[in-house]
Amino acid sequence: MSEALEAQQKTNPQGDPITSVAAPKSDGKKDPHAEAKRQKVVTPEYMFHEAPRTKEFITGSEAAKEAIRRSNVDLAVAYPITPQSETMQLVGVLYGEGYVKEYYRGEEEVGVMAAIAGGSRSGVRCYTATAGPGTLRGLEGIASWPGHRLPAVAMFTCRVVNAPLAIQPDNIEVSYLLNCGMIVFHAENQQDMFDFTMAGFIISEKNDVTLPVGVCCDGFFVTHARGYVRMQDRGIKLPPREAWRGAVPVLDAENPPARLSRDAPVQKSNFMAYNIHAVWQQEVWAAVERSRKYINQYLGGLLTAENVDGADAIIIASGSAAAQSREAVRLCAEKGIKVGLIKIRSLRPFPTKELRALCGKAKLIVVPEFNYVGWLAKEVATAIYGFSQAKIIGGPRVYGGQSMPVELIVDEVESGVHGKKSTNVAMSSIMGGAVNPEEVAQFMRSI
Amino acid sequence: MAKRFNIRMAGVGGQGVVTGSHILSTAVINAGGESTIVPFYGSEKRMAPVESYVRVSDEAIYEIGEITFPHIIIIFHPQVITHGKSYTMPFYFGLKEDGIALINNDGPMKLHKDQARELEERRAKLYYFPATKISLEVAGMDLATNMALMGCIGAITGLTNMAGLEQAVKDRFLGKGFVVSGGTAALDSVVERKFKKKQELIEKNVAVMRAGWNYAVDHGWAAADVKRAEEPVAAAAK
Repeated sequence: MSEALEAQQKTNPQGDPITSVAAPKSDGKKDPHAEAKRQKVVTPEYMFHEAPRTKEFITGSEAAKEAIRRSNVDLAVAYPITPQSETMQLVGVLYGEGYVKEYYRGEEEVGVMAAIAGGSRSGVRCYTATAGPGTLRGLEGIASWPGHRLPAVAMFTCRVVNAPLAIQPDNIEVSYLLNCGMIVFHAENQQDMFDFTMAGFIISEKNDVTLPVGVCCDGFFVTHARGYVRMQDRGIKLPPREAWRGAVPVLDAENPPARLSRDAPVQKSNFMAYNIHAVWQQEVWAAVERSRKYINQYLGGLLTAENVDGADAIIIASGSAAAQSREAVRLCAEKGIKVGLIKIRSLRPFPTKELRALCGKAKLIVVPEFNYVGWLAKEVATAIYGFSQAKIIGGPRVYGGQSMPVELIVDEVESGVHGKKSTNVAMSSIMGGAVNPEEVAQFMRSI
Repeated sequence: MAKRFNIRMAGVGGQGVVTGSHILSTAVINAGGESTIVPFYGSEKRMAPVESYVRVSDEAIYEIGEITFPHIIIIFHPQVITHGKSYTMPFYFGLKEDGIALINNDGPMKLHKDQARELEERRAKLYYFPATKISLEVAGMDLATNMALMGCIGAITGLTNMAGLEQAVKDRFLGKGFVVSGGTAALDSVVERKFKKKQELIEKNVAVMRAGWNYAVDHGWAAADVKRAEEPVAAAAK
């Protein structure tokens, strides 16, 4: 028995044994996969809404691992880029224990993303995780997944992508993912990592969705730090992927994968070719729209809102910025300022309608972010344009791996409420109906 | 209002800054509070700067990352101030108004006049605490300096108690699954050899902690209703 297992040990292209993912050594009596084989399939409804949960104190990477353990995953492909998280290494352990059916280390991210495409096309449930520069290296493949209508879940543990190198969180890479046509969630903490990953598979595979789901988090803060996660029993798992339910047929010798590579006209430079591509893109984004009802069903909404009615100001944030904002709300309350908090869970689809309803009477909106460009502030401003007269402060922002002092958020709320000039947000990042034109003129004269 | 302290600890490699922060954090959780820690890993070596950040509260903590604006700073070694051995310069950078600086030194230090003025402007409370001296007196060695400081800060915050601290020390030296860096593990074994037995090591560490706790109470630094910790009768009888 043990010899048979040794013989099956996989090697990377250089011929080194991948010791970390080898099946556990067996004495020939105990089946290392025994526990995995005893797992019972339950419905997503039971898994997400009814199954009893117990609380554990674990890292974000461990939360992702535990989500994969319960998600009936067929194929996981890893590439251990630095800065990575431990997630794919831990998923390798799951492979050793028999919870994941196939697992290997790719050559690099281009190969990994192509392998996920191949796996998903052949009809199995696929998972991978990458980070920072790895996300951008794999982006060509990632951007092609939605067009090929490939259900899968990929985790992006955001790190700095631009030179000079750094390894702390900076979620600028999310802005590259927003326009791929995939569904994009942004996890605030370890619990979100767990819930979003599991729900991601089910939403991804719905017939009228059939799209990949990206679960982003601010790496290091979430992946390497511990938090409380409420989890279902490890003896239950989601039902397997039923590929025949998908919007496109799975790959086999008779069926070329999807329309783009099957329909000849698309290869030509004529109106029909362009039209086919245009219609296909419309259909991808229509599928993104259709995922809303499933996000509402399984995650309880695209956003969460707390104490928004009658607030002096509203903070809108996603990911780790939402965690920092919770403390800012508390500090503002101690200063007598009533602040509401809207946490965006789903960036694609974006909760446009929800924000319009929630921000209709808002006077001041503050959008703290862990990146330089302020992609969330732009999304928010675009979504509520014409539906709210609020002044929108696109900041504070930290980047390059900085932590965000909660006090910076409090400063922006205070300056906005009292009409003082902001200390660290540029005028160009102050948007919305209530901007004082004289202030803008003063700013323009002084630059 | 939440009872909340963001604490920045600065010291030099080998003093147990990260270990100390783990122990305080665990002690607060043992006493029913909430705590998170963020160690700052640079190039870890003896006498090189080390920083660690601990948040302690009686309510849920959501905030993450390093602490820029602490309520309390703990200086483990006078060289942090005199030699600038710190990632944060000057050592009190970002200290909140009415904040506390707990400094390991035998008596007040002569600070640069600009630094003294800035500390006065933000109404900082400077607590000079002879942690290394106490460690030498009580345990016969300087390696329990961090324990003295953690006992002292435990009393200052009022968010833990001696039982919680004692349990945290036991968790640290007897618990399983605690991941430390290679350097820290090596140092642990040195400490263990020095004390021969773990039990003795734990008792000495707890005794130093208790001395730190009582020093804070005796000097009026401790939080309201924090009382002196007496030597346990059972331990004294041994």
